[in-house]
Amino acid sequence: MTYVIQGAKDDFEVVIGLEIHAQITSNAKLFSGASTEFGAEPNTQVSLVDAAMPGMLPTINAECIRQGVRTGLAMGAQINKFSVFDRKNYFYADLPQGYQISQFTHPIVGEGVVKLDMGDGKTKDVGIERIHLEQDAGKSMHDQHPQMTYVDLNRSGVALMEIVSKPDMTSPEEAGAYVTKIRSILRYIGSCDGNMEQGSMRADVNVSVRRAGEPLGTRCELKNINSVRFVRQSIEIEARRQVDILEEGGSIDQETRLFDPVKGETRSMRSKEEAHDYRYFPDPDLLPVEFDDAFVEAARASLPELPDVKKARLVEALGLNDYTASVLVAEKEQADFFEALLDAVVTATKKEAADVASKAANWLTGDLFGALNKAGKTIGESPVSAVQGAGLLSLIEDGTISGRIAKDVFEIMFETGKDADVIVEEKGLKQVSDTGEIEAIIDEIIAVNQGQVEQYRAGKTKLIGFFVGQVMKATGGKANPGVVNQLLKPKLDG
Amino acid sequence: MSNIDTKTVAKIARLSRIKVADDKLEPLAGELNNILGWVEQLEEVNTDNVEPMSSVVDVKLRWRADQVTDGNKQESVLKNAPNSEYGFFAVPKVIE
Amino acid sequence: MTDLTKLKIAEARDLLAKGDITARELTEAHISAVDGFDDLNAFIVKTPETALEQADAADARIQAGEAKGMTGIPVGIKDLFATKGVHTQACSHILDGFKPEYESTVTQNLWDDGAVMLGKLNMDEFAMGSSNENSYYGPVKNPWRRGTTDTVPGGSSGGSVASVAGFAAMGATASDTGGSIRQPASFTGTFGFKPTYGRCSRYGMVAFASSLDQAGTVTRSVRDGAIMLESIAGFDAKDSTSADLAVPNFEAALTGDIRGMKIGIPKEYHLEGMPAEIEALWEKGKNLLKDAGAEIIDISLPHTKYALPTYYIVAPAEASSNLARYDGVRYGLRETGNNGSLDDMYYNTRAAGFGDEVKRRILIGTYVLSAGYYDAYYLKAQKVRQLISNDFKAAFEKVDVILTPTAPSAAFAPGEKSDDPLAMYLNDVFTVPASLAGLPGANVPAGVDKNGLPLGLQILGKAWDEETVFKVSGVLEDAVGSLAEPELWWRSAK
Ligand SMILES: [Mg+2]
Ligand SMILES: [Zn+2]
Repeated sequence: MTYVIQGAKDDFEVVIGLEIHAQITSNAKLFSGASTEFGAEPNTQVSLVDAAMPGMLPTINAECIRQGVRTGLAMGAQINKFSVFDRKNYFYADLPQGYQISQFTHPIVGEGVVKLDMGDGKTKDVGIERIHLEQDAGKSMHDQHPQMTYVDLNRSGVALMEIVSKPDMTSPEEAGAYVTKIRSILRYIGSCDGNMEQGSMRADVNVSVRRAGEPLGTRCELKNINSVRFVRQSIEIEARRQVDILEEGGSIDQETRLFDPVKGETRSMRSKEEAHDYRYFPDPDLLPVEFDDAFVEAARASLPELPDVKKARLVEALGLNDYTASVLVAEKEQADFFEALLDAVVTATKKEAADVASKAANWLTGDLFGALNKAGKTIGESPVSAVQGAGLLSLIEDGTISGRIAKDVFEIMFETGKDADVIVEEKGLKQVSDTGEIEAIIDEIIAVNQGQVEQYRAGKTKLIGFFVGQVMKATGGKANPGVVNQLLKPKLDG
Repeated sequence: MSNIDTKTVAKIARLSRIKVADDKLEPLAGELNNILGWVEQLEEVNTDNVEPMSSVVDVKLRWRADQVTDGNKQESVLKNAPNSEYGFFAVPKVIE
Repeated sequence: MTDLTKLKIAEARDLLAKGDITARELTEAHISAVDGFDDLNAFIVKTPETALEQADAADARIQAGEAKGMTGIPVGIKDLFATKGVHTQACSHILDGFKPEYESTVTQNLWDDGAVMLGKLNMDEFAMGSSNENSYYGPVKNPWRRGTTDTVPGGSSGGSVASVAGFAAMGATASDTGGSIRQPASFTGTFGFKPTYGRCSRYGMVAFASSLDQAGTVTRSVRDGAIMLESIAGFDAKDSTSADLAVPNFEAALTGDIRGMKIGIPKEYHLEGMPAEIEALWEKGKNLLKDAGAEIIDISLPHTKYALPTYYIVAPAEASSNLARYDGVRYGLRETGNNGSLDDMYYNTRAAGFGDEVKRRILIGTYVLSAGYYDAYYLKAQKVRQLISNDFKAAFEKVDVILTPTAPSAAFAPGEKSDDPLAMYLNDVFTVPASLAGLPGANVPAGVDKNGLPLGLQILGKAWDEETVFKVSGVLEDAVGSLAEPELWWRSAK
């Protein structure tokens, strides 16, 4: 379904492109040996290079190059074996050099593509324009002192990848899905932790609107959006603003705007008339970045299975349904948990993976995700490990407990962190499969419920449920339902 | 080609964050035009198919290992600061 | 006792080794020479206490038999090199009060070899100038006078050459961006050596134009230059443009034998209107080398004419960016204006902190990089620069070194050219081409003009072939024979 903004007169489409800044996972900064650790005392993770002392020079961190290349490969993008660092010149208190070292004309990664999962088996391809490496600025704090702005350079020089999409998205949902997908890929390959709250991933969103069939409209850039929800919200609000202006006969100024989630508006950032004349030129303190095919191939070999490939495998080889597979692969931790769970179940039950995969997936996405959700916990914080989950599932598989009892056992596991077999043992929840024992109970129930037996025999066969219920009740739910059914029917049938 | 007027001087002075008094714009425009007029003789040179110089000598960029080897020198970082408070550089307030 | 300040480095080294003099005696003699040199304004900071400490350490080292070439040798340091805890301002007001928390690699190398620091030397602000009239600390006087008229020492390393020519320092560090070592050396009858770009580390050297800046030496003999360069040169991982090459024993290259060597004479260096004396000097140099057994070969460097305009695009462009860090935030001067904003602080600080020539170059640099002009100026210049470099490469297929005049005139009087930037820029017409190509070059004092002022010849070599430049310089120096010394008028004036 296409996203349409209805104006007073016309319908409008929205065109969206994103620039995502992702902090590269590295110990040291892009051009200095200072740490990238989050949350240190101000100006402690700063080298004299980061503080732009006179005569200080940049030296490049190999890991940042490698992670840039891996990220490009993960997006099927062109890797440029020759790239150049440029200076982007502007003045700001938290930009010590008076320029940001970035890549302009020769980025390290060129065009690629990312596949979005839009539900119901639908996908959408979004083009990647480029990925370049650059350094982060420091941090200005304007609210600490009535007359002063405080500047902390701890982030100054931290390595970023700027991932620039093509203007291929046409709805807030697609933009949200794109950010989610990028985050997922980065976390799979470990080139960025994707932590949007701490600012290790943030998006600049370019939004324009047009009447159907018209050429691209003038775009506005919404700066530093730091959650998927805000990406969607800011686009809705900005697109509506632009439509209102156009419908009133106005025109859109190309500008940088700030999204205010509290007021639910976007507003122009302090006008910087010539701020866009960045006077890019190659940084003469650095030389071009060059590497060979072997380096690229080594980076490629280090990539894990990526979400798209993993999903296809879950569907094709393991027989999961599309939806469940999508849910599982969306987050690397979930996928990892699932695979560990499945491995453990296979080991414990000696069954084929394909035979137990759906059950494991259903338990994970249903029971465990439900409980985690309720408890406000992430999968990483799960009190029940994958191996413990497999313990529970194999107790069901081998008939030790019923699915019904398993729910109770899981609840206790989630609360106490104990293993399933321990709980079953302690609470005496072992399923009764002893036919003699169950037969005796059935006989007793048939004896005291002769009225129902007659009704059953008169054709009201639905009453079998009543008898099963009575048996379960009598056994505290521990009777093996298969055995119960197996024994009950012939006896009722007489 | 170049004809730098006082408006242009004002603009590049702004980009450079250098305050230039109004009565200095005119003489500066003259000086800059002189110099730029002279450098424009480069237009005579045929540079078709010439790659711009990217490094002066034949040296390859070396890559550093990803190790923390620096930092934890807040005092040194702030030592020459005209104003610093609580471990921060302090500058006149920026209104966003 | 003889005047110890008249010794050359090589002579002092040998006397120190024999125990005929001590580093302390040598240093004390120079400390008083520096005090007697105030009238020339070469030293902006004196460091006699440090010098004496270093001298004592040097004496201990000599006694322990661990002396190097520079052990116990008193030198001056151009204010461009960061010296830990000691005034380092590149003679600019904008670095007001700056005392770095670090040491430049070049000076560290000297101290590691046991050299002695006499103080910091005056220079044109940020090394922008050819007469040392652009220093915040006032002009430097040339020890050589035109009769009783003062002359400029050249620039930007005016303090370096004056202190060495005037027997206040045995050697001095200097830096050459477009001729800032060779041209002032020519004006003062000193041996100035600029090595290949990348031979000396730029770490801790206040940047003017990063792709051109290169540290070098000023001494009173070729041998002294070889000894001192060997000390300051070497690979430095902290500078990405530093070459990972072993430093040759430059002194060993002084064999005195240039038989069969090919000396190139570029026809484009015959400037229209060049003083006959300069032409005659060049001719004399040619003949001396020929007499020593070298072969003289006419060559062409067709793009020579475009070197200066190319330089005046590239250097200001890089400077406009390199000097953006002087913003009043982290060090140096801060002028806030009345309750001004951050932007006001930038405008006021940079207006008050930079001198006229520096501002002029920042403005030109900003202009040539700005939107719409980048291709026509900066990119064009980098292409022409490549052609200039190609010219040299082709020439060095045929010859071993190139012989040219160093400067188009002898030292001029203060004020003579300071009103006309273009006339001033022309001083570097012979030195700039090799700077653009990153090649090593030296000024060898070769005679005097009709007023008795020094004139020099320039020897240019292939990249990384400093040894041949030293070898030919040494032969030329010997062939020229002893030249007059400046009268010590400043000492008697005391
Ligand atoms: Mg952006
Ligand atoms: Zn960016």
